[in-house]
Amino acid sequence: MSVFTFTQDNFDTEVLKSSTPVLVDFWAEWCGPCRMFSPIVDEFAEENPAAVKVGKVNVDEQPDLAARYGVMSIPTAILFKNGEIAATLVGVQPKTALEELIR
Amino acid sequence: MEEKVCDMLIVGGGPAGYTAALYGARAGLSVLVIEKLAPGGQMGTTDMVDNYPGFPEGINGFDLAMKMKAGAERFGARTVSAEVTALELAGPLKIAHTAKTAYQARTVVLAMGAHPRELGLPNERELRGKGVSYCATCDGMFYRGKSVAVIGGGETAVADALYLARLCERVTLIHRRDKLRAPMSQQKALEHTGKVGFLWDSQAVEFLADTRLTGLRVRNKKSGEEQALSCAGVFLAVGQVPDTDLLKGQVDLDGSGYVLAGEDTRTSLPGVFAAGDLRRKPLRQIVTAAADGAAAAQAAGEFLEE
Repeated sequence: MSVFTFTQDNFDTEVLKSSTPVLVDFWAEWCGPCRMFSPIVDEFAEENPAAVKVGKVNVDEQPDLAARYGVMSIPTAILFKNGEIAATLVGVQPKTALEELIR
Repeated sequence: MEEKVCDMLIVGGGPAGYTAALYGARAGLSVLVIEKLAPGGQMGTTDMVDNYPGFPEGINGFDLAMKMKAGAERFGARTVSAEVTALELAGPLKIAHTAKTAYQARTVVLAMGAHPRELGLPNERELRGKGVSYCATCDGMFYRGKSVAVIGGGETAVADALYLARLCERVTLIHRRDKLRAPMSQQKALEHTGKVGFLWDSQAVEFLADTRLTGLRVRNKKSGEEQALSCAGVFLAVGQVPDTDLLKGQVDLDGSGYVLAGEDTRTSLPGVFAAGDLRRKPLRQIVTAAADGAAAAQAAGEFLEE
């Protein structure tokens, strides 16, 4: 499944009201660790299409979303279940750490 | 699952690993790189690399990593994306275990690198991403217009303070000694910002926080006096820890965990070589990691011919 781009406009419908868990990767173009993390997130999304929806929030373009969830360090990956934060991972993570979130 | 035996297995895909891969593959060896995250290691997280020769305008660390990977792949090196969970290095056939596979090789290049050291204060991990950061270029913009602190006195600390001075209202550099280790030109640049204050002979002894960091308690090591410093963020640049846990009890390490290997990168075990930041050496830079990688591939090639 493709990786979503989440914005202020679609966050409620695509993330908070999603029936499947959603992993949100907060990132920015100029952030080196984010660029390392991004292909790992993509691979995780491809391999687990049934278990989880995956998308990214560009913190430059969506500062309000980053502020709303208190993101002060990127990359940060937040897992949402039924509209609530189920887990937060700060910093680059191996794919296994993402897999553990949905196990 | 088992794979066929390769000539050279490289653990870690930073500049040391991919240079070893390039030299090994170019010499005709079958080469496999196992990388747990993404190419580049610490280099990959660096916004702008200005001290790797050949890039007069500087280059983004992740872009440089992808170029190094592509250069090695051009000669047939392969990369596996997985975390090595155990290494068997003693016998003639070396084995690297990941969650799903056991990779076998005749030689191994250890290139796992190092990671930023934590300060070791009790609530440090809880506050990561809530005021505590190890990457100024990543997180600086979240502290625009606020007061921050940088802890450390080396090149990374000074580069962080310079970067943050462009964004933040006030930067306080806290260093346990009475002078910096960074080059003079950088120190001058710090003073020119007019935004950086210094606390010498000082260490942070407590992170003050409610739901996120609100400040630091700082102790002057000479006078013993303590003061509270109000800040929204603290950036840690207090050195590195080598990623050598998997090697304990197998390869000789020094007291800080760095692998004991000379310029030829040979470790205490035959057929096992150490390249890059995890080796005990005087200067840890991308260019010295790359140099180690070349030496390791050469040594591995010689070992295979013995």
